[in-house]
Amino acid sequence: MSALLPETLMQHLPVLVVLLPAFTAMGLLLLGDHGGDAHGGHAHPRLLWARRIALASVLLGLLLSAVTVAQAAGGALAVYRVGDWPAPYGIVLVVDRLSAMMLLLTSLVAVPVLWYASGGWDAHGRHFHAMFQFQLMGLNGAFVTGDLFNLFVFFEVLLIASYVLMVHGQGGQRFKVGLHYVVLNLSASALFLIGVALLYARTGTLNLADLALRVPMVAAPDAAVVKAAALVLLVVFGFKAALAPLSLWLPATYAAATAPVAALFAIMTKVGVYAIIRVHGVVFGPEAGASAFTVEPVLLPLAIVTCVVGVLGAMAARTLERLVAWLTVASVGTILVGVGLFGSAGWAASMYYLANSTLVVAGLFLLAELVASQRGDAADRLEPASPVAQPALLGSMMLLAAASAAGLPPLPGFIGKLLMLEAASIHGWQVAIWTTLLGVGFLTLVGLARAGSILFWHVRDDLPGSPAGASPKLVAATMALLAATVAMSLWAAPIQRYTAQAAVQLLDREAYARAVLGESGLATQTTRPYRFPATPATGAGTAASGEGGK
Amino acid sequence: MSMEFLLATGIGWIVACGIYLLLRGRTFTVVLGLTLLGYAVNVFIFAMGRLWSGAPPILIGDGPFADPLPQALVLTAIVIGFATTGFVIELALRSRHDNGSDHVDARLASADDAHAGSCAGSDAGVEPRR
Repeated sequence: MSALLPETLMQHLPVLVVLLPAFTAMGLLLLGDHGGDAHGGHAHPRLLWARRIALASVLLGLLLSAVTVAQAAGGALAVYRVGDWPAPYGIVLVVDRLSAMMLLLTSLVAVPVLWYASGGWDAHGRHFHAMFQFQLMGLNGAFVTGDLFNLFVFFEVLLIASYVLMVHGQGGQRFKVGLHYVVLNLSASALFLIGVALLYARTGTLNLADLALRVPMVAAPDAAVVKAAALVLLVVFGFKAALAPLSLWLPATYAAATAPVAALFAIMTKVGVYAIIRVHGVVFGPEAGASAFTVEPVLLPLAIVTCVVGVLGAMAARTLERLVAWLTVASVGTILVGVGLFGSAGWAASMYYLANSTLVVAGLFLLAELVASQRGDAADRLEPASPVAQPALLGSMMLLAAASAAGLPPLPGFIGKLLMLEAASIHGWQVAIWTTLLGVGFLTLVGLARAGSILFWHVRDDLPGSPAGASPKLVAATMALLAATVAMSLWAAPIQRYTAQAAVQLLDREAYARAVLGESGLATQTTRPYRFPATPATGAGTAASGEGGK
Repeated sequence: MSMEFLLATGIGWIVACGIYLLLRGRTFTVVLGLTLLGYAVNVFIFAMGRLWSGAPPILIGDGPFADPLPQALVLTAIVIGFATTGFVIELALRSRHDNGSDHVDARLASADDAHAGSCAGSDAGVEPRR
């Protein structure tokens, strides 16, 4: 796989996955768009070129991320020092197995979703393709960065792009929900900065590898500040991931967004999960000294509550899009249950389930719109209406997606949940976890079966049927996402082996620190960046000289 | 010590004002609240590099140096905060235009006036729909 690219490109691979969408987006902005026409301009030459360029870029991105995974599978950490500054002072990009997997997953979602959006949605507003690429840039950057402040910056990049994508297609409802979404996210960003600043105040570093070494050195009285920082960051990441009390924004937002945008947003909640694994799983993990397992007492119970709230919301949903949005919440809960187990087995199961549930949820959002577009005025409301034009095709796609979301045996949702049940079998909360996961799976099935039977069977013959079926392009794009989940089942063994190795790699903090900081970085460690001596001149001078290079 | 006390209470006061404004019903006050919150966070980051007086953030000679990193972080945070404030104002204007109300839940102006009849700012905030 690595023979596909020349040697110089291979060296710059970690930064290429960020630069590719960035330059594509800038190029698309320079190209311009079809003008302010909100409902038309489908065949505008600029739009056609934008589609071609964007599709070529995401396909190239898919190739790059596949190469990244092939490289990371060997176990080597790819460390990229931006500007070649030494590690704790400059910004580093680090690609390990988890990062590589998330990159590939982003590309796997992006390609079909962009293809689907090219079927018409991209003409319903301005600069869709440029914003889509900026979103990918933010996502990829968040997955490869090895620095906490840099993570904040990439969070902002992906959020600013998502604010615009969220209101794509316009309309009063989108602007109303979009405003909520933006204000909530800006408040969360303020909290993110507070958490980062608190961590910096006590450890004097924001490099994740360096943090993993310095947090254990913070002794008991000072550890309270570091723990507070960890809990503030849990609020931020939990908000992005839609963890229980902070998940109520998600269904309204995702249901109001256009279908391809909602499908792309399926990966956005996973950025929060990824950040929780990186920061709370590794930095505040088992070896963090006085701050070890800071979030363990809250993460697992909240994850269980998230599952229950999500599935109850899905049962109560009155439109198909809301139902899928609530299932997103439930799936995030399931993933975080695995993360909350704080062990390699639980994390491996989580990662496998994360990949599957992202693909299924993205596919379901696209499918929901295909179904809605064929039901006349009823759209995606769960009430009897005219029959869809392609009942067999859409019905079987719905069945496949439902079976995978609920976790029925041959499909990967089942494998993921089985791994998670197995990982939880030695945990103190075994009964609660087993009950929740099995109950949530059952209720998901009931919710989707109810929706499916209303949509496809409970039809009213007095209304005129839909004139035409969906265009083959839209169906193919949706099918591609669902086919990817089936592929996850067929190649379950290698994928499961990969996630198991990724979880073990995450827990090996020494190797991570050695790769990022080098041997010299390991040797010169101080616990406190500042001292408060009686005479400020001497003590401050020595303390600052250690930090001055930053 | 007094400088630390002044700064800490100042940040606390601005955060309190910001949160109060953030919880109001009109988009304008919400944006003001976000801005205040942003200011407080910026000063907080700056303060996390400790308060030095008369200490340059540059390494010349020996003697107390201020930590330049929080200053760089604040600069980034200010730029991002500025851009997002601009965006959220534009979005609020657009929501006001499309929904005919500047309430965050886009409640209709008439219903809202009846609900909060004595609200001092209501006549200024909700002009008739054009």
